[in-house]
Amino acid sequence: MHSSELTNLGVREAGDLLRRGEVSSVELTRAALDRIAEVDGRTRAFVTVTDELALEQARAADARIAEGSATPLTGVPMALKDNMSTRGVATTCSSRMLDGFVPTYDATVTGRLYAEGAVLVGKANLDEFAMGSSTENSAFFPTRNPWDLDRVPGGSSGGPAVAVAAGECQFSLGSDTGGSIRQPAALCGVVGLKPTYGLVSRYGLVAFASSLDQIGPLTRDVTDAALVLNAIAGHDPSDSTSIEFEVPDYTRALSGDVRGLRVGVPREYFVEGMDPTVEEAVHAAIGVFDDLGAEVEEISLPHTSYSMAVYYIIAPSEASANLARYDGVKYGYSAEQADSMWDALEKTRQEGFGDEVKRRIMLGTYALSAGYFDAYYLKAQKVRTLIRRELVEAFTRYDVLVTPTSPSVAFKLGDKTEDPIQMYLNDILTQPANIAGVPAISLPGGMAGGLPVGLQLTAGHMGEETLLRAAHAYEQATGWHSLRPEL
Amino acid sequence: MRLSIEEVRHIALLARVAMTEAELERMRDEMSNILDHFDVLQQVDTEGVEPTAHTADVRSVMRDDEVRPSATKEDVLSNAPRREDDFLRVRAVLE
Repeated sequence: MHSSELTNLGVREAGDLLRRGEVSSVELTRAALDRIAEVDGRTRAFVTVTDELALEQARAADARIAEGSATPLTGVPMALKDNMSTRGVATTCSSRMLDGFVPTYDATVTGRLYAEGAVLVGKANLDEFAMGSSTENSAFFPTRNPWDLDRVPGGSSGGPAVAVAAGECQFSLGSDTGGSIRQPAALCGVVGLKPTYGLVSRYGLVAFASSLDQIGPLTRDVTDAALVLNAIAGHDPSDSTSIEFEVPDYTRALSGDVRGLRVGVPREYFVEGMDPTVEEAVHAAIGVFDDLGAEVEEISLPHTSYSMAVYYIIAPSEASANLARYDGVKYGYSAEQADSMWDALEKTRQEGFGDEVKRRIMLGTYALSAGYFDAYYLKAQKVRTLIRRELVEAFTRYDVLVTPTSPSVAFKLGDKTEDPIQMYLNDILTQPANIAGVPAISLPGGMAGGLPVGLQLTAGHMGEETLLRAAHAYEQATGWHSLRPEL
Repeated sequence: MRLSIEEVRHIALLARVAMTEAELERMRDEMSNILDHFDVLQQVDTEGVEPTAHTADVRSVMRDDEVRPSATKEDVLSNAPRREDDFLRVRAVLE
């Protein structure tokens, strides 16, 4: 097969060809590495490309395929967001603080994907410590949107989204604290799934906001998302918040049938100032569910508008505690010139962290400090209860909610870097799912001015099968997922 | 609400992030602006509402107290910025 045909394959197609012996993992991996060499100078999706490791893993995968013990992911090239631990491979969080840091153990997701025989082609770029919505906060370089290189890919999982959209690998993993998988998926025209909180182990994911962080797949279609979820979901003794349950085969949920599915369309998600082309595309998508026989109803979730304030108090508060560990002593950046322990600590953090990370550490420290704890942090946790309660109640009446993923399509680099609030507004439609801990997926839902529009579906706690079934039916009815950017 | 420069300096001290005067001034503007957006929460009636710290069913996880391998000394020290023999080297703690 021609190299461009190989890089266009999804996970399922690639796996089928591998197991039938029509292509080898070494060929598929070389095609991905060649594609990276060809386009990544423009897209900048990768912080580290692991050529040698990839080819070694590909040869091992070919041996496994030959002996007949392949899984659906064996031999398939993947990228991991660079905040997931990879033993022996630098894990930087796109921060000066962790530049050159080489983990001595694998994250649980890394270990599970290696055990499946997936091939790591590289570590993908992110907003520093996963804080941002455009990947412009990477301390190294911004990643660019393959649909228009002057535009951002979204963030914080911009690198993982672009790697998949630009054909630099078959799938990737991102992390999502307030929309960091779904918003870049929307802006890059790929599928991004944030599972139920606790469905996937966070062990070895560099912590940002521990009560909100969740790992999930970025893929070209819903079937691939289900295949990757099969591999990474499940209880892990190393993460006490991971849920104990029997992991189903998520691909079995993809029946294509959504007749009678109860679909709620919350009107609060059509916010003021929203791009009208996005709104149009989402209304058309809602019409598709109607045509497929779902029961679509407009609903109201009045607490939605408080999500942003709740999120930007809780996430920075947790971050300020999690990032206290960067002290320049055990690992990571350490200030050269310092005359005492405190001076060294303060300079290490001044020089090692970028502006957005410092802003969030400061906000979180403030919200947790004596005299402000009740007014900010505790108040946010109480409103979190109300937002969650409202969503839990909605899922007694509806199977899924259909909304836009992001209020706009991809914006130009530099457009929102001067005003933190403008950047924070990118996540207002994705934050509620993290606040409530429920699963949500973004999938290609149309085009506006040559740029992808993301459609977001949200389901109740542990509702991944319903979510994937609805997403798959929509995808099959529209075919938006098959569009590819020209690079 | 506009933060005072002293408040910002105090928060920077608590967070252990050194800042120049210019950085403190910019942080003061940005934080004040962001905190204004949080005022909206004061409109919400949360009388009698329990706070949510976590959406998972968090409980104590127990395991048997058995000896098992942990990270090696080399692993633990492999990323240390300053090392002397098998020790992490730090700056003077006491003046």
